[in-house]
Amino acid sequence: MKFLDEYRDAGLARKIAGEIHRITTMPWAIMEVCGGQTHAIVKFGIDELLPRQITLIHGPGCPVCVTPLEIIDKALEIASLPNVIFTSFGDMLRVPGSAADLLSIKARGHDVRIVYSPLDAVRIAVQNPGKEIVFFGVGFETTAPATALAVFRAAQLGLTNFSMLISHVLVPPAIEALMSSPNCRVQAFLAAGHVCTVMGFEEYFPLARKYHVPIVVTGFEPLDILQGILMTVTQLESGRAEVENQYTRAVRRDGNQHARDLIGKIFRIVPRRWRGMGEIPRSGLGLSDAYAAFDAEKKFDLAERPVEEPKECIAGTILQGLKKPCDCPAFGTLCTPEHPLGATMVSSEGACAAYYRYRHIVAAEPVNSK
Amino acid sequence: MKTIDPSPACPLPVSQYPNILMGHGGGGRLTHQLIEDVFGQAFSNPILDTRHDSAQFSVPPGRLAMTTDSYVVRPLFFPGGDIGSMAVYGTSNDLAMSGARPLYLSCGFIIHEGMSMESLKRVVSSMRDAAEQCGVQIVTGDTKVVERNEREGLFINTTGIGVIESSLRIAPQSVRPGDVVVLSGDIGRHGIAIIAVREGLEFDCVIESDSTAVHEPVLRMIRAGIEIHCLRDLTRGGLAAALNEISETAGVRISVEETAIPVREDVHAACEMLGLDPLHVANEGRFIAFIAEPDAARALQILQQHPVSAGSIVIGKVSNVPPAMVTLKSAIGTSRILDMPSGEQLPRIC
Amino acid sequence: MSGDDPLERMGRVNFGGIIKEASLAFVPDAKIGDYVIVHVGFALSTLDEEEARKVFDYLDRMEDLAELKEASP
Repeated sequence: MKFLDEYRDAGLARKIAGEIHRITTMPWAIMEVCGGQTHAIVKFGIDELLPRQITLIHGPGCPVCVTPLEIIDKALEIASLPNVIFTSFGDMLRVPGSAADLLSIKARGHDVRIVYSPLDAVRIAVQNPGKEIVFFGVGFETTAPATALAVFRAAQLGLTNFSMLISHVLVPPAIEALMSSPNCRVQAFLAAGHVCTVMGFEEYFPLARKYHVPIVVTGFEPLDILQGILMTVTQLESGRAEVENQYTRAVRRDGNQHARDLIGKIFRIVPRRWRGMGEIPRSGLGLSDAYAAFDAEKKFDLAERPVEEPKECIAGTILQGLKKPCDCPAFGTLCTPEHPLGATMVSSEGACAAYYRYRHIVAAEPVNSK
Repeated sequence: MKTIDPSPACPLPVSQYPNILMGHGGGGRLTHQLIEDVFGQAFSNPILDTRHDSAQFSVPPGRLAMTTDSYVVRPLFFPGGDIGSMAVYGTSNDLAMSGARPLYLSCGFIIHEGMSMESLKRVVSSMRDAAEQCGVQIVTGDTKVVERNEREGLFINTTGIGVIESSLRIAPQSVRPGDVVVLSGDIGRHGIAIIAVREGLEFDCVIESDSTAVHEPVLRMIRAGIEIHCLRDLTRGGLAAALNEISETAGVRISVEETAIPVREDVHAACEMLGLDPLHVANEGRFIAFIAEPDAARALQILQQHPVSAGSIVIGKVSNVPPAMVTLKSAIGTSRILDMPSGEQLPRIC
Repeated sequence: MSGDDPLERMGRVNFGGIIKEASLAFVPDAKIGDYVIVHVGFALSTLDEEEARKVFDYLDRMEDLAELKEASP
């Protein structure tokens, strides 16, 4: 068993989809809060296998998409400084700031480098003692252990030329913010599988109770997502609102204790602005006082500048699940992956990019035909 | 009267210069030696040996095909090939895509000052071997040297001429509804081989570029009387780009089955890891053929018998259902649009 | 696998034929032969094979149930 292809089997997918069709009697709106899941759903056309009464809403699960404009602008400012090597995950390079993006800064000759792991950034710092290395720490809880270890390693090595521009975000506060909004039509959530490998799923119990919504921790492969949806609809149809785990092969209830310990040591919980959603209290991670020396925002004297999103971009409403990409007048015209107006078109996990690349044709055979 | 020798540096044999100097592009003695000792010897043939400003030759009867391409790949050397072999195969293959037999190539070199002579000789020797394999002669060329900069040493341009021996019009305009789309083998190897070297990825068994000459299986099909409507080799942008280009130019819908497209396991794994789509990754020795439906089975047989196209398989069909686009039926049975890849492929991270 | 300090432990992970190093700092119990989930160069969780099979057992059971339903009038 290699744990990949088996989870994409067409026959099994239709089987699960058939079961979902059988038990669905009412319309339901389910939100997934994970960029990887959004990507898989759109790429494999999973929503097409579902009965029409089920609406999948794509939530703010892409950390690239929710990084606020102010932080992107700060990244651009730092990357433009002489003697700085700016390191980042690949996805962030084309996210548009107010005037430019990291890729164009790189094209102008500044040292901007893509890294696969935050540890690569630490390595670069060690190899370039005369330069300032800054790492763009973006991501959900899944990425936090990696950035935490990178900071820890940098401290161990006594590096003074390394810092991080942090924009880590947490999922549960986002769910809370969404549910407490009066416009919210979400009735159940698929929780992000990999976030939960780190954090476990204890935090979702109070949310499920308070808002009476089923929350099912789900993996990424098509079969995982379909099974997660099946478990969710089963709960909805019977009026239950519990936390369940579909991704049992990778997720345990308390998650990864070692990772959580390190996160607790290096970071503290802070308020964070989410692009398109405004500030959500206690929804982000920032460096704790002990590691403040590695905070790029403190290290570089950056001006606080007011920012304005492009008028046409409705990424905010899309991230909240209130609109779909095709509802946006700029979709596919003014805004395309080649010249994106907002983050949801840049990141391959953004709803707009996913829709643009994988626009569907209604050509699949009906699932319940035998 | 004393005469002062105007020649600049002392004329040591080229083998004594470990690196290319600006002088090698100056047009004087150093250039002459470079051409003689490095290029002239390796590519020697009666046409090139005349050392004239332009090559003179006759061509067999038939329409001509001509193509040009520049090669700027980094790293210069990679598993399965190098910039030199790519330059010869790539241009030869473009000629083959018109159904032409490749005959003559020109090559222009732009060399960065400081490039190692050893590396240059390796590239040239690789080009000689590739040319022999393709049955082409390199009949004319040019050399320039530019200032040193951070980029590794070499750009090559090759222009090729070939002769089309059949009366078939092999071009997107000939594609018809009902045509069968055949892919000549597994995809993604070249792009991954390059990225692997750049990013320092290690493989259980090394992923080699699929860079090779593809004209032989094409010519065999032509000689067997197969009704080929169009050919396209897969390069940058991969299979997705090639299919979209044809769909747009020919104004037809092309439907493809994802499960039919062969991708090697390790190439697939590398793509997953890097967040790349194998359908968008570059290839160098693969092509798609649009064959008239009645000839499809025979065409497949001929292709599968040649080592270069042994992995040939039918991947789709052409129809006139509007609008013109490329559609892909996924592994789990749903269909979606396969779009043209956008810009530079950035590795996904989340 | 290498490294004495648990936080510095690195392992060679096989991704379907490709071998890359990943940090094992967060999975100290990982042994050679285990399957792991890796994110940005860090292994976050080992895969439980027993649990993995359950997805397919569940599907098999679904099929039996469906057959039962068809059989009964």
